[in-house]
Amino acid sequence: MAPPLLQVKDLRVRFVTEDGTVRAVDGVSFDLRQGEVLAIVGESGCGKSVTAQTLLGLTRSPNARIEGSVRYADRELITASDEELRAIRGEEMAMVFQDPMTSLNPVYKVGDQITEQILAHSNVSEHVALEEAVRLLRAVGIPDAERRAGDYPHEYSGGMRQRAMIAMALSLEPKILIADEPSTALDVTIQAQILRLLELLNRDRGLAMIMITHDLGVVAEVADRVLVMYAGRIVESGTLDEVFYDPQHPYTWGLLGSLTRIDQPHAEALAQISGQPPSMLALPEGCHFQPRCPHRFERCMEVPALIERDREGSGHSDRCWLDPDRKRELRQMGDRIGLEVPAA
Amino acid sequence: MIAVLFAISVIVFVIFNVIPNSDPALRIAGKNADAQLIENVNEEWGFNDPLPVQYATMMKKVFTGDLKSYQSQLNVDEQILDGIPVTLSLCIGAAVIWMSFAILFGYLSAVKAGRFTDRSLTILALIGISMPVFWLAAMLLYYLSFKVTLFPTGDYVSLAESPLDWAYHLILPWFTLAVLFIGFYSRVLRSNMLDSMNEDYVRTARAKGLSERQVRIRHVLRNSLIPIVTLFGLDFGAVVGGGAILTETVYNLQGVGAYAGEAIGTLDLPPLMAVTMFGAFFIVFFNTLVDILYAYLDPRIRLA
Repeated sequence: MAPPLLQVKDLRVRFVTEDGTVRAVDGVSFDLRQGEVLAIVGESGCGKSVTAQTLLGLTRSPNARIEGSVRYADRELITASDEELRAIRGEEMAMVFQDPMTSLNPVYKVGDQITEQILAHSNVSEHVALEEAVRLLRAVGIPDAERRAGDYPHEYSGGMRQRAMIAMALSLEPKILIADEPSTALDVTIQAQILRLLELLNRDRGLAMIMITHDLGVVAEVADRVLVMYAGRIVESGTLDEVFYDPQHPYTWGLLGSLTRIDQPHAEALAQISGQPPSMLALPEGCHFQPRCPHRFERCMEVPALIERDREGSGHSDRCWLDPDRKRELRQMGDRIGLEVPAA
Repeated sequence: MIAVLFAISVIVFVIFNVIPNSDPALRIAGKNADAQLIENVNEEWGFNDPLPVQYATMMKKVFTGDLKSYQSQLNVDEQILDGIPVTLSLCIGAAVIWMSFAILFGYLSAVKAGRFTDRSLTILALIGISMPVFWLAAMLLYYLSFKVTLFPTGDYVSLAESPLDWAYHLILPWFTLAVLFIGFYSRVLRSNMLDSMNEDYVRTARAKGLSERQVRIRHVLRNSLIPIVTLFGLDFGAVVGGGAILTETVYNLQGVGAYAGEAIGTLDLPPLMAVTMFGAFFIVFFNTLVDILYAYLDPRIRLA
C-alpha cells in the first residue's frame, strides 16, 4: 500500500488561558490516504476544529503549545517555519470553513479573493488568474460565473458563498481538502448540494478530504473512515461500516442512538446522552466520558488506550475498557443502538 | 443638510441674544455714547426689530455677502474668504500628518500588541491626547523657535509666494494640530485591528497561504480603516470650519479659526454667525463626502 499522504501522530494542542490550561487536543493520531475521506465527528468543543486547523498551523499563537507530529509528504509541519507552511497552505492543503457568511472578506470581490490565492502561489498574470477563478466558479456550479466573479460576497447566497469558498480551496489543485463543518450553516437542501459537490471532487479528482462535522448524516454519506472525538481525544476510529454498524465506544452508541435512521426500527423516543460535555479546563479523571457513561466501572478511572479491542488487525480501535462481547449485549436497547432510552 | 445648517444658525443666534452684556448697540456706539446715540444705532442696525426679523436679515446678509462686523465694521464674508487659504493650508497639512502617523502607529501597535512597541505607542498616544493644544504649541515655540531657532515663530507665507517657506512656517502648527488626532486615531485603529484579526475571513486569508504582511494589510488593516474614515470626515470638517482656533491663535496664523477667536473675545455676532455657518457647512459637507467614500470602502452599503 502506498504510504499515507498525511500522517498525524500524537498531536497535542494546549492553550494557556487565564483560567488555566486547555487541552484542546490530546494525543490525536491518524493517517489520511490518497483519495480517502476521513470524517472527524464529535460534539462542539471536542477539539475537532482545533485538530483540523492545527494541521495547517492556523492555531499557532503565543499562548498555544503544539506537540506531536504532522507529516505531509516528507515534511514535518509542526516544526515547519511560517514561510514553509505558507507554501503548503492553499497549494497542498486547502481549507473550507464552517460559516461562509463570515469566511469571505466583505470588501473584496469574490473573484478577486480567489485570484489573490492564485497570485500568492504562482507567477501568472492577474488576467490569467481571474480567468482561472471564473473557470473554478463555473466548475463548482455558480451560474453566470463571469459576471458573478465581479460580485461582492454579500451579493451571494449562503450556498453560493460556500461554493465560492470551495472554488477558492480548489484553485491550486491541492492534494488534501480540509472541510470544517462545510454544510452546518446552510439550509438542508443546500447542504445536500454542497456535499454532492464535495463527493464529486473526491471521486473525480481523487482529492483526499478531512471532513469535520457533528452531523452523522453527513458522515454516512461521504466518509470512508470515521474518527469519533470526545473531549480532545479520539474515542473510536474505524471504517464507516465498522463505526456505524459495530460501534465499540458507549459515546459512539450515544451519538448513533440520537440519530433517526430509516434503516432501523422507529424508536418511541430518541436516545440521549445524559449530562453535559466536560469543561476543557477540568477534565474528568481516567476515561473522559466516564461521568456520563451508564456502564462505567472501577477501571474507567484509568485512561484506556486506543487499541483494536474487537478484532485485531482490523484497524477498528476504541478507548473503552468494556469487553467487546459484553458491549454487544449492552448496546442493543429496544432493537436500536443507543446509550439509554429515556423513560417515556 | 439645509435643516442642519438652519438649526445651528438659530441656536447660535438665540444664544447670542440671551447672554448678558452682549448688546451690540452699546459696542458700536462706543464708550461714552449717550442714550440718543445708542437709540440711533439701534435704529440704523435694526436692533429694534423683533428677533425673527433680525435673524432673517442677518441670514440674508450672510448669503449675499453684505454682513458687516459690529466691531470692525469690515465685511465678514471677505474676512473669512481671506482666512480660508491659511486655514486650509494648516488643516490639509495637519490631516496628512495625522492620518499617516495614526495609521502607522495604530498598525504597529496592533501587530505588536502587548509588547514593548505597543506599550510605548500607547503611552505616547495618551500623552498626545492629554496635552492641551495651547500648552503644546507654546512649548514647541519656546524650545524649537526661541531657544533653538529651528523654526519660525509663526506667521504665514502663502504657497504661491514660496512653497518651501510655506511648509517651513507651517511645520510646527501642523504637528501641533495633528498630535491630538494621531493619539486618538491610532488608539481607535489599534482596537479595530485587534477586533478584525479574529474575523473568520482573516483566518481564511491565512489558510490561503498569504504572507502575514499581506494578511495584515489587505485584510485586517483594510477593514479596520472604515470607521477611521468616518472620524476623519467629522474632525476634518471641524478643523477646516474654524476648529483650529487655538493653533491658529498661538502661531499667529490669520485663518478662519483665529478670526472666530477674535470675534468671541469681542462678542461680535456677525463673524461668529458666519464662521459657525461656515464650520457647520464643512462638517456636513465632509460627512456627505465620507458617506460617498464609504460606498467605495464598504461595498455592502453600496446601492444596487
